[in-house]
Amino acid sequence: MDLVQLQRQFVDYRTSLYHEGFLDEQFTQLQELQDENNPDFVVEVVSLFFEDSERLLNELARALEQQSIDYKRIDAHVHQLKGSSSSIGAQRVQKVCIAFRNYCEEQNVEGCLKCLQQVRHEYSLVKTKLESLFQVRLPCRREIFFLSKMVLP
Amino acid sequence: MLSCGGGSGGCSKDMAVELGDEPHVLAVDDNLIDRKLVERLLKNSSCKVTTAENALRALDYLGLGNDRLEGTVSEVNMIITDYCMPGMTGYELLKKIKESSVLKEVPVVIMSSENIPTRISQCLEEGAKMFMLKPLKQSDVKQLKWHLMKCRN
Repeated sequence: MDLVQLQRQFVDYRTSLYHEGFLDEQFTQLQELQDENNPDFVVEVVSLFFEDSERLLNELARALEQQSIDYKRIDAHVHQLKGSSSSIGAQRVQKVCIAFRNYCEEQNVEGCLKCLQQVRHEYSLVKTKLESLFQVRLPCRREIFFLSKMVLP
Repeated sequence: MLSCGGGSGGCSKDMAVELGDEPHVLAVDDNLIDRKLVERLLKNSSCKVTTAENALRALDYLGLGNDRLEGTVSEVNMIITDYCMPGMTGYELLKKIKESSVLKEVPVVIMSSENIPTRISQCLEEGAKMFMLKPLKQSDVKQLKWHLMKCRN
């Protein structure tokens, strides 16, 4: 597959992620911060997001299993997840977090459990999609730089 | 989105940024992804960046904490802090900075993911230079730097 085809594939895939609401404009912002001096910025930030989210999801599951549920603590974790998903442009994850926080405020355990399930689902979807997106990249850094510059939301 | 404070409490000559020097910014945020993002945004605007993961660490760095770092306090030209942080909030950090005779002239910018008008006016009244909505964009930071460099004149 030549460079033009790969570029097209990358752009098309990325465009579809925008249309399906998996990513929003903030992801474009991240890509614009990447340059020749920081060619791995997006991958680094997204990797941090994966690690941090997994930790938070585990904490949330644990917190919701407790006899006496600490809603403040749960809200704090969801607030973190909402913040980081917003910062990388993971729009669908962010949206579930908003609903999740509302259930926390209402101290609604059923609602919280439902949201946890939903947020886990959205997280794993966006993770898979981002991993696929990065696989379309070529190994050469210069080409990655040009690929990222080519993108149009 | 940016909200700016009034002209009061302008910059003293002592803390004015020298021509050609990179301003040194202390960025405070408990979210790992946001710290990485704000660091990149500031570095892309030619700022030297130090990050702190909470207000207490920030105070220690600034020489205002309980564990004063004697002789190691670096000059900071601006502080940018998240509002919602566990323990001490960004607002409380702002107050501590403004209470300090040494640091009260250092511009403080507050960031938040929540657009709450009373929160914004509370921060501006307490002396914050600006209030910024997260997620931050490059254009926000460029404008911020412009305001900071303006203090030179």
